[in-house]
Amino acid sequence: MTVLINEKAASISLTGITRSYGAVRAVDGLDLEIASGELISLLGPSGCGKTTALRIIAGLEQTDSGTVVVGGKDITRTPANKRDMSMVFQSYSLFPHLSAADNVAFGLRLRGVKPAVRRRRAIELLELVSLDHHADRYPSELSGGQQQRVALARALAVEPKVLLLDEPLSALDAKVRIQLRDEIRTLQRRLGITTVFVTHDQEEALSMSDRIAVMSNGRLEQCGSPAEIYSRPATPFVAEFIGSMNHVPGIADGATVTVSGSRLPLSVPGSGAVTVLIRPEAVRLTDDPNGNTTITTISFRGPVTRVIGRLDDGTPITADLPSVQAASFAEGGRVHVTYAEEPVLTKAAD
Amino acid sequence: MADRRRWADLAGLSPFLLYVAIFLGAPTVVLAVGAFRGPDGWTLENLHAAFTGVYGDAFVVSTELSLISAVISAVVGLAVAFVIAAAPEEGPLRQVVSTASGVLANFGGVPLAFAFIAAFGPVGMVTRWLSTNGVDISSFSLHLFDLSGLVVVYLYFQIPLMVLVILPALEGLRPQWVEAARSLGSSRWQYWRLVGGPLLFPPFAGALLLLFANSFASYATAAALTSGSIPLVPIQIGQVMSGNVAAGQENVGKALGLGAIVLVALAMGGYGWAQRKTTRWLR
Repeated sequence: MTVLINEKAASISLTGITRSYGAVRAVDGLDLEIASGELISLLGPSGCGKTTALRIIAGLEQTDSGTVVVGGKDITRTPANKRDMSMVFQSYSLFPHLSAADNVAFGLRLRGVKPAVRRRRAIELLELVSLDHHADRYPSELSGGQQQRVALARALAVEPKVLLLDEPLSALDAKVRIQLRDEIRTLQRRLGITTVFVTHDQEEALSMSDRIAVMSNGRLEQCGSPAEIYSRPATPFVAEFIGSMNHVPGIADGATVTVSGSRLPLSVPGSGAVTVLIRPEAVRLTDDPNGNTTITTISFRGPVTRVIGRLDDGTPITADLPSVQAASFAEGGRVHVTYAEEPVLTKAAD
Repeated sequence: MADRRRWADLAGLSPFLLYVAIFLGAPTVVLAVGAFRGPDGWTLENLHAAFTGVYGDAFVVSTELSLISAVISAVVGLAVAFVIAAAPEEGPLRQVVSTASGVLANFGGVPLAFAFIAAFGPVGMVTRWLSTNGVDISSFSLHLFDLSGLVVVYLYFQIPLMVLVILPALEGLRPQWVEAARSLGSSRWQYWRLVGGPLLFPPFAGALLLLFANSFASYATAAALTSGSIPLVPIQIGQVMSGNVAAGQENVGKALGLGAIVLVALAMGGYGWAQRKTTRWLR
C-alpha cells in the first residue's frame, strides 16, 4: 500500500470571526490559531457555534466580520471550491449514484486526473480505510460506518490542506463510533493533515485531539490540551461540560474556600457563599462511623468504582475510587469526605 | 408462519386484485383477442388497418401531440418545481403552488375545454376584454381548435402534473451533496453535470414518460374542444365504439385500443424503471 503523506497541511488562523443569523449571534468574535498538522476539536453543546465556525473555515458560510487565514493566505472571501479543503459531514453525504470508488475519485475527476489513475488512487484510499473490497458497491449497499469511511477516503483523496470533520461519528452506533474515531486519529497522525473536528461528545474530543477548543454561546471558553481542559478548566462552563462535577456548598475567603470542613485553594479568588466544583476523582473517602457522609450507592466499573453518598447537609457527592480501595466501603456505611488539595473553581451559590 | 402471513397479505389485497382483474385485465384480454379476430376467424387485418390510413394518422398525430405537450410540460414543470423547492418549506409560495398543482393536474375533460373556449375562444371573455384594450388575440383564438391549441390546453393540466411528480425528486437532492461537491472543488455547473443531473435524470425521464402516457390517453378534452376534427387515437376508438366504422372493420377499434395500451404500457414500464432506480439510489 502506498503511504499517502500530505505535504500540503497548513496552519489556520481565525481572527475576530463573527456571524449572526438575525438577532442570534452564532459565532461571536472567535480567535483561534491552529498549527499545521494539528487535530483540534471544536467542542460544545448544540447551538454553541462550533458547526458555524467550521463552515466558515470551509467557505460554506460567510463571516460578518473577521478573517480566515490558511497557510499564511487570507481566504476569507475565497469560494469553498477554491479553498483546497475537504469536509466530512454528519449525515452520509456520499453521492448515491456513484460506487464507493467513484465517490472517492470524485475530487480527482474534477481535477482532470485520468480515469485509470484516479481509479488506482481511489482503491489505495479505500485500502487505507479497509474498504478496497467494497470499491464497486453503491452507498445504499454500505453500512453507516462504511459510508463514513468512504466519505473520509473521498475527503483525503484530493490531499487537502485542511480536513474538516463535522460530527462525522454522531450518526453511528457506539461500537462503530469508537472504532472509527481511533481510525481517524491514526490516519490523521500518519498523514500529518491539519484537521478541525467538530463534536459535542467530550469523550470523543478528549480521546482524539491534540487540543480542544470549548465553545459556548458563539464564544471560545477555553482552548488547550485535553489534559489541561480536564484538569485545569478555565471557567465553570468548561468544568461542568467536560467530565462530571460535584456541586458542593462552600464559603470562599479570598484565595481559599472552605468546603465540608476542608480548606482548598481557589483558581479564581472569591468571597462569600459559593458552589464549589469538584471532580469525583478529587473526592477522598475514609471509613469513619462519625464521618460527614452516608454511602447510598456503590457501582463497580472495572478498574474504577463509583461511590455515591450524601453529605450530612443533604448534598449529594460522587467519588470515583480505584476499585481496590473502594472494596472496603459498603452501601449505608458512614465515611468522612475530604478533597484533593488542588485549585478549584466556584460559581454562584445555588 | 410465513405462509400464513403471505395468505393474509393476499386476502387483504384481494379486493384490489379483483378490481384490476375486472376493469383492466379482462378488457385487455378481450381487446387483445378481438384485435386478431375478423368475420372469418383469426387475422392481422385489424392491426394492419389500425396502423395505416386514417387510423395510422391518428397514431402519428397522437404521438406528436403527446410528445410536444410532454416535453414542454416537463421543461416548464421542472423550472416551476425548482422555484418551489428553493422556497421555504412552510412558506406561502410552496403551499399555494403545491395545492394548486394538485387541483389543476386533475382539471381536464369537458370542463377544461369549456373554460378555454369561454375565456380564449373567438368570442371568449378574455379575448373580448383584450380586444377592447387594443390587444388582438384572434389568431390564437382560431388556433384553439387545432393541434397547437390542443397542446396549449393540455399544458394546463400537464405542467401541474409535472410539478407534482418531480417535486419529491428535487426535494430529495440533499444540501450535503452540493456542499460535499463544493468542498471537493466542484463548481455549480460541475455539480449539476456530475451529481444533480444524473440523480435527477431517472425521475425526469420517468415523469416525461408519465406525461406522454397521460396525454396519449386523454380523450374528453380533445373530443370536447375539437369535436373529433383532429384524428387522435382515443377519439378514433370513441368513434368506433359509437358504431362509426366501415362494415367488416368492427374489430379495428380493438386493435387501436391494443396499440394504445402497448404504447402506454411501454411508457409506464419506463416510468417504473426510473422509479426503481431512484428508489434504489435514495434508499
